[in-house]
Amino acid sequence: MTSFFDIPIQALMGQLMLGLVNGSFYAILSLGLAVIFGMLNIINFAHGALYMMGAFLAWMALDYLGIGYWPALILVPLAIGVFGVLIERTMLRWLYKLDHLYGLLLTFGLALVIEGLFINAYGVSGQPYQIPAELAGGFNLGFMFLPYYRGWVIFASLLVCFATWYGIEKTRLGAYLRAATENPKLTQAFGINVPIMVMLTYGFGAALAGFAGVLAAPVIQVSPLMGSHLIITVFAVVVIGGMGSIMGSIVTGLGLGVVEGITNLVYPAASNTVVFVIMAIVLMMRPAGLFGKEQ
Amino acid sequence: MNRTAIAYLALLAVGVVLPFFVYPILVMKVLCFALFACAFNLLLGYTGLLSFGHAAFFGTAAYVAGYAIKGWGFPPELGILAGTVASALLGWVVGSLAIRRTGIYFAMVTLALAQMVYFIFLQAPFTGGEDGLQGVPRGKLLGLINLSNDLNLYYFVLAIFVFGFCLIYRTIHSPFGQILKAIRENEPRAISLGYDVAKYKLLAFVLSAGLSGLAGATKMLVFKFATLTDAHWHSSGEVVLMTILGGMGTVLGPVVGSSTIVTLQNELADKVGSLVTVIMGLIFVVCVLAFRRGIVGEISALYKRMFGG
Repeated sequence: MTSFFDIPIQALMGQLMLGLVNGSFYAILSLGLAVIFGMLNIINFAHGALYMMGAFLAWMALDYLGIGYWPALILVPLAIGVFGVLIERTMLRWLYKLDHLYGLLLTFGLALVIEGLFINAYGVSGQPYQIPAELAGGFNLGFMFLPYYRGWVIFASLLVCFATWYGIEKTRLGAYLRAATENPKLTQAFGINVPIMVMLTYGFGAALAGFAGVLAAPVIQVSPLMGSHLIITVFAVVVIGGMGSIMGSIVTGLGLGVVEGITNLVYPAASNTVVFVIMAIVLMMRPAGLFGKEQ
Repeated sequence: MNRTAIAYLALLAVGVVLPFFVYPILVMKVLCFALFACAFNLLLGYTGLLSFGHAAFFGTAAYVAGYAIKGWGFPPELGILAGTVASALLGWVVGSLAIRRTGIYFAMVTLALAQMVYFIFLQAPFTGGEDGLQGVPRGKLLGLINLSNDLNLYYFVLAIFVFGFCLIYRTIHSPFGQILKAIRENEPRAISLGYDVAKYKLLAFVLSAGLSGLAGATKMLVFKFATLTDAHWHSSGEVVLMTILGGMGTVLGPVVGSSTIVTLQNELADKVGSLVTVIMGLIFVVCVLAFRRGIVGEISALYKRMFGG
C-alpha cells in the first residue's frame, strides 16, 4: 500500500475529493454572496436558507411530482430565482438607502422564517435523495475510487462558477452590471435600467444558491438545518477571500474545502473549526482578506 | 430629584414587588436577557458595531460558572465572577480580531468566531456535549443566604441586573460613552480628532462581552444548567432582535425588547410549538422594514412630536 506521511494514499485522495466537493459548494455560495454584495451592498443571510430550499424543492419535485434530477437541476434554480426576485421587489428594495446592516438583519429574519417553516413541516431529520441513475457507481482510477456523482458535482460547480465569471467580466450585460456597481446614477443616465439589473442580480444570486442546493441533495441528507450550518462557514470563507474579486471567491472556496478535507484526515477534531482558525490568522496578517482591497 | 430619577426608582419598585404577582423564574429569565440585551446595546446602539456572535460570551460564562460551581465547588458569587471574567477575556480575543474589519465584515467575523466557540463547546469533554452541564447547585450566597429559595435568588438576580444596568448607564453618560457615540456617528472624524478609535472599540467590546457573560452566568444559576443553546447563533440573533424591537441606542429599549420577546416565547411555546422561530423571524422583518426605531424609540419620537421635546 502506498502511503504519504503514514496516511494511505487512498484515504488522502478520498478526503481530497470530499474536500473539493465541499469546496465547490463554498465556491458557488460565496460567489453568489459576492455578486449580490457588489450590486446591492447587502450580505444575504438568507443565502443558506435559499440553498436549503433548493435541495428541498428538488426532493419535493421527485417525491410529489415525479420530476427527476435533471429537470430539477434547471427548474429549481429558476424557481428559487423567481422567489429571490419577489424578496427583492417586496422587501429589500426599501433598504438600499439605509445602513448595510439592515439588509443583513432583514435577510437574517427571512432565514429564520424559511428555516422555521421547513422545520415545522418536515422536522429536523434528513430526507434521502437518490443519486440519479446515470451517475450511480464510480470509476477506479487505480490509486483511488472516484464516485461519478462527486466528480459531477465538482465539474458542474466549476462550470457554473466560470460561466458566471465569464458573464460578468466578458459580456456586454456584465459590463452594464459592473458599471451599475461602480456608479449607479451615471449608468442610469446612460439609459440602462439599474433597478431591473439590481432585481435580476439578486434573483441570479438566489438561483446560484438553489443550484448548489440541488447539487447537494444527493450527497447530503436534505434537512432544514443544512443551510444555516453551511452559511456561517461560507461567511468565514468570504472574510478570508474578500468579496472584491469573483475569481478570489472561487479559489478561496475550493481551497478551503480541500484544507478542511485534509484536516479531517490529520486531526478530525479540528475539521469543524479549521476554517475559522484560518480566518483568524488571515485577519491578523491581512485584514482586508486574501483577494480584498481595503475600503 | 429630577423626573428621570423618579421614573427609574418607580421601575425599581416594580422590580421589587413583581415576584409576588408573576412567576419569579420567568421574571429572572427576563432580567438575565434584559442585561444581555443592554450589554449588547452598548455595542450596537452606542458604538455602532453589530456583533452577531454575542451568544459566545453568554454561553461561555454559563459553562465556566457552571463548571466552577459544580466541578470545583465554587460558591455562587465566585462562580459568576469566574464566568464573567472568562467572557471578558474571550471578548478581548474576539474583539481584537473583529475590530480589524468594519461594518458588514465585523458582523460576519463575530458570527464566525462565535460558531468556532460553539464547536469547541460541542466537542470539549467538560461541557457534556449535546446534554449540556446539568444539575449545577445554586448554593449559598456568601455562605449565608440559601439561593435554592426562588425569592432569595430573585433579589440576588435583581441586584446583579441593577448593578449591570447602572454600570452601562454610567458608561453611556461618561466622557468615554461620548467618544463611543462619536465613533458611531463619524469614525473618520473621531480618528482625526486624535482618538485611538481601535482602543475605544475594543474596550467597549470587552465591557459588552463581560456584561453579557454576567447575564449568561446568572441565567445558568437560575436554571441550574448550561447548554449549547446558550452559545448557538440563534441566541446571538435573539439578542439582536430584542435590542432592535425595544429600540437600539435607547437606555430602556433593550429591557422592553427582551421582556416582550421572553414573554412572547413563554406564551407561544405550548401553543404554536416550532413555529416560534417563524414568528421571531417575522418580527425581525417587520422591525427592519417598518419599525426601525423600536418600541422605546417610537414612543419617545411621538412624545417629542406632541410636547415638542
